[in-house]
Amino acid sequence: MSGADAGPVGTASGPGPAAAGRAPRPASAARVSKDAAELRFRDPERARELAGALEGVCRQIGRSPVSVMHVCGSHEQSIAKFGLRAILPDALDVIMGPGCPVCVTDVPEVDEAVALAQDGVRMASYGDMLRVPGSAGSLSDAQARGARVDVVYSPADAVELARGTDEEIVFFASGFETTAVATAAVILDDPPPNFSVLSSHKYIPPVMEIVAEMPHTRVEGFLAAGHAAAITGSAIFERFVERHGLPVVVAGFEPLDILAGLLTLAELVRDGTPAVVNTFPRCVTREGNRNAQEQMWKVFRTTGGRWRGIAHVPNGNLRLRDEFAKFDARRRFDIDVRRLWDYAPSQLTQVCICGDIMAGIAAPTDCPLYGEACRPDTPVGACMVSTEGTCRIWHQYGGHPDL
Amino acid sequence: MERRVEERAKGADRTAVRRNGSGPGIAGAVTLNHGAGGVPMRLLIEETLSAGYLEHPVDGIGLAAMDDGAALRLPGGGWLVVTTDSHVVHPYRFPGGDIGRLAVAGTVNDLAMMGATEPLGLTCALILEEGFPRAELEAVQASMVEACREAGTTVVTGDTKVMGRGEVDGIVLNTAGVAVTSKVVTDAGLRPGDRILVTGTVGDHGIALMARRHDLEFDEELLSDVAPINALVRAALAAGGDEVVALKDPTRGGVASALHEMAEKARVSILVHEPEVPVRPSVRAAAEMLGLDPFHIANEGKALVGVRPGAVDAVLEALRAHPLGAEAAVIGTCGEDHPGRVVLDTGLGRRLLTEPVGEPLPRIC
Repeated sequence: MSGADAGPVGTASGPGPAAAGRAPRPASAARVSKDAAELRFRDPERARELAGALEGVCRQIGRSPVSVMHVCGSHEQSIAKFGLRAILPDALDVIMGPGCPVCVTDVPEVDEAVALAQDGVRMASYGDMLRVPGSAGSLSDAQARGARVDVVYSPADAVELARGTDEEIVFFASGFETTAVATAAVILDDPPPNFSVLSSHKYIPPVMEIVAEMPHTRVEGFLAAGHAAAITGSAIFERFVERHGLPVVVAGFEPLDILAGLLTLAELVRDGTPAVVNTFPRCVTREGNRNAQEQMWKVFRTTGGRWRGIAHVPNGNLRLRDEFAKFDARRRFDIDVRRLWDYAPSQLTQVCICGDIMAGIAAPTDCPLYGEACRPDTPVGACMVSTEGTCRIWHQYGGHPDL
Repeated sequence: MERRVEERAKGADRTAVRRNGSGPGIAGAVTLNHGAGGVPMRLLIEETLSAGYLEHPVDGIGLAAMDDGAALRLPGGGWLVVTTDSHVVHPYRFPGGDIGRLAVAGTVNDLAMMGATEPLGLTCALILEEGFPRAELEAVQASMVEACREAGTTVVTGDTKVMGRGEVDGIVLNTAGVAVTSKVVTDAGLRPGDRILVTGTVGDHGIALMARRHDLEFDEELLSDVAPINALVRAALAAGGDEVVALKDPTRGGVASALHEMAEKARVSILVHEPEVPVRPSVRAAAEMLGLDPFHIANEGKALVGVRPGAVDAVLEALRAHPLGAEAAVIGTCGEDHPGRVVLDTGLGRRLLTEPVGEPLPRIC
């Protein structure tokens, strides 16, 4: 299989509405079309074929382990939920990198949100963000102490909240470029004057450079997230490939998408071909969504900043541009996080190895807290908080036992 | 994996970070997770709630078995099966049922899971909050009567208390049931080679409640499966006889918790074939949207039935012939490697089927 043809559907044409049109159409049309599409990407026979081909390529490479990294919690969710590691070749080590935006939100960023909340400002954020620990607890702890914190499902919900009140509403925004686009859209859509954004948005391409250069890293190629690439375009990885000589394959999230992506990636490793290959052409183009990119860069600029547990990532943070200062909570409020620092950090957090896990050099089971003191109901580290966090996913689906 | 397990054990010793009692939480206090039907609840019962009772001899199956009910040997032969349940549910009326139907079905089903499918009678203790609407109470009563009729039994004694406003949340129901049976079936009777059957679709009750709480709407209405299934179990026992070796209703903690308990008690492993497990498309869609696993979700009208290989076809046929068992399926096989382990074959690969730790919470982000 050549790289360009990879992908369970072969070309950009299917499955979508066309495939649904060919399917028989009993009772509920909407339901059936979704199921038909799903089945197509969850076909066990095709999965076995892809896994067999992958085994062959790994044998040709002749080394073990061949380590590749994906940088997306949704990839890990799918791999774990469908038990794909059980059919991957023993020689192939698929590591989850810093692909959980909630997890890499740094302590000082959470502290800013907590400080604002404790000063009486009403905060709005995604549910997972409420439980991410800062140096003096989480937003959820602040809520328990009386602060006002609202869970929202989108930036638009936060804007709605602001329209319905005279109070200041600060949206604590997290996520990679996919969600940054949504935040940019509401800022460009004339939000009410009492609305502002505390951005902890992160930008994935720079952190791949960091991971590729880490001294302990064994990563020989990257599986890039299809939904982010749908916006940025696959071309965004070309400079990375040139600089680091490592292949990047853009892949979707259904089981067959992932297997096809891994097969292509293994082929590129075998052939020593550092290239960008798009195995998710039904959603991703080389150019991406120009309109969304324009909106995003109109509102945000990149700046260096720490990613929790990983490193300082040059250009890894997205912050509001000067033109939008009035919607930037950091400039609108005098946020004083220092007074939070009276609290002694919990001893457990010092034991947490989230950083090593997100850098791909340790597994959750290497952590003495995992499954014991640190569990989904009592998370110590951010990786156990988010449904996209490595520890949470291992806990939910039983880790990586040899089955 | 073995290597990693060892490393983990060593790591845990080194830093002396240990699970504290029934799990982390507010030190020395009961948390909501203790009531969610998973590991924390089992530990609370083992460590505290059964302490002091186990020394007294019981002729039959008592607290130590941690089964759905107790079975006491009758002097003249046969067994008296007893069970009790308290019920609080939000909202107390939900799509497909209400707290009254839930109470009767829960008690009748617990008896049936011990092999006692003909309840002699039920008790009903009621705690009401001042101000509870009379019309609502009548509706709950009517649905209890209907559920009793379906189960072929009735309430034979009861008790009523009214508390002040705010002292109890609306309505709390406790029901107990008694039945006599010549043969007791436990949830511990599996051995390698046995097959596991489920009597119908999985996850309906919990997902219907959660969809209502979160105002989710789907093309196909989500309804709780709450129903007394003693007649269905009777049909399975009639068809399979002594070859029906284990029964368990997958209520709180869902199919995953029930399978774990069955596997651990019998010291077998269970391999579950996910494509064979019946799940309604709407339940699957709602679960995916809420970030929940249908295997972790409560059922109130289903049973897991462990059957020796020779009787599988007869039991399956008997289940499917009953209206409540039309979608029954063979979903798993018991093995001898790794006792207590439940493995899910997804059709694409394999993974462990884990037990839910606390109350399944919908993903918010």
